[in-house]
Amino acid sequence: MSLLKELNRGIIAENPVLRLMIGLCPVLAVSNNAVNALGMSFAVAFVLILSNLVVSLLRKVIPDEIRIPIFIIIISTFVTISDYIMKAYFPALSASLGVFVPLIVVNCIILGRAEAFAYKNPVLSSVMDGIGMSLGFALALVSIGVIRELLGAGSVFGFQLFSQAYAATIMILPPGAFITIGILMAALNKMENKVL
Amino acid sequence: MSGLELFGIFFSALLINNILLIRFLALCSFFGVSTGIENSIGMSSAVIFVMTISSAISWGLYNFVLVPFQLEFLRTASFILVIAALVQLEEIYLKKMIPNLYRSMGIYLPLITTNCAILAVAFLAIDYRYSFIASMAYSVGVSAGYSLAIILFAYIRERMALAPIPKWFQGYPIAFVTAALMSLAFLGFTGMFGL
Repeated sequence: MSLLKELNRGIIAENPVLRLMIGLCPVLAVSNNAVNALGMSFAVAFVLILSNLVVSLLRKVIPDEIRIPIFIIIISTFVTISDYIMKAYFPALSASLGVFVPLIVVNCIILGRAEAFAYKNPVLSSVMDGIGMSLGFALALVSIGVIRELLGAGSVFGFQLFSQAYAATIMILPPGAFITIGILMAALNKMENKVL
Repeated sequence: MSGLELFGIFFSALLINNILLIRFLALCSFFGVSTGIENSIGMSSAVIFVMTISSAISWGLYNFVLVPFQLEFLRTASFILVIAALVQLEEIYLKKMIPNLYRSMGIYLPLITTNCAILAVAFLAIDYRYSFIASMAYSVGVSAGYSLAIILFAYIRERMALAPIPKWFQGYPIAFVTAALMSLAFLGFTGMFGL
């Protein structure tokens, strides 16, 4: 029961992107189409779940004073693994995500969960927390990706829904990312106030 | 490499590929620190200082240590550790030798470790296969572009504090929409000088 609670928390109540405003850089940069967004979500989920697992396993042996450098080494190991896996098996995706794959290492979500949750909690709930946070991140990233791709290119996951001639190209260019997330946050604010 | 090429790299990093508004790096500090003009000036000076030094050191580390020993896969781990250590060293050095500058950068120095633009510039200078001089021109251009965007944004946000904004848009949502308009303006530099 409590494990489900750990899982649920990251998805909506503490959604890392739309509520806590952390890990914004990849959200804006790779959400220009839904496939990129999904690829980035998988990479972040891989690193987040495994680093939560390892940090939680080692939480009794890591000395308190040097925990941050140790977290960074654990995280950068998994980032390097996912970077090389992506380069080997999905070269096109790796090329379009570019520098944002190695930059997962400085993503605040991962270090934040290691410090705030995995370092203090048992293995199973840390893994559930990692899965929940990854789902919340993926939910925000993929929904922004779908909105931008639909409005900017007239397609979803590459399937053309209406002609590109009717699409507003600005949505897949950098300004479209800022405006989509701004309006999405305002809409969330309004929905929340209505419920209350 | 000619002076014109170096100027092209600098100019492209400054405006056309502005690190904040076009490349989407270091956004946490862009939205977090830009609430006041003094804060954003302090953060910019710290970024200019750390980015230039750290990209010089990481360029040397990659080309003189990691490549000769075929350890390129250690790039991510070694760069982040070098940058974290460097920020600490710079903090100690400034505190002792140039206390005035230290006071003006103050709390922004430790924040820089988690500023992803610093690490990104170190990676990109290697991905683009820049020479040492070119990577210096690139990192100076990027940090100048960072300062330009964040200081302009801070001025707009100070004016916005007095504007009547719809309730749902107050705070972060309107900041994002403003950033979208600034990004649109910077997009206008695309294609300048054929870059």
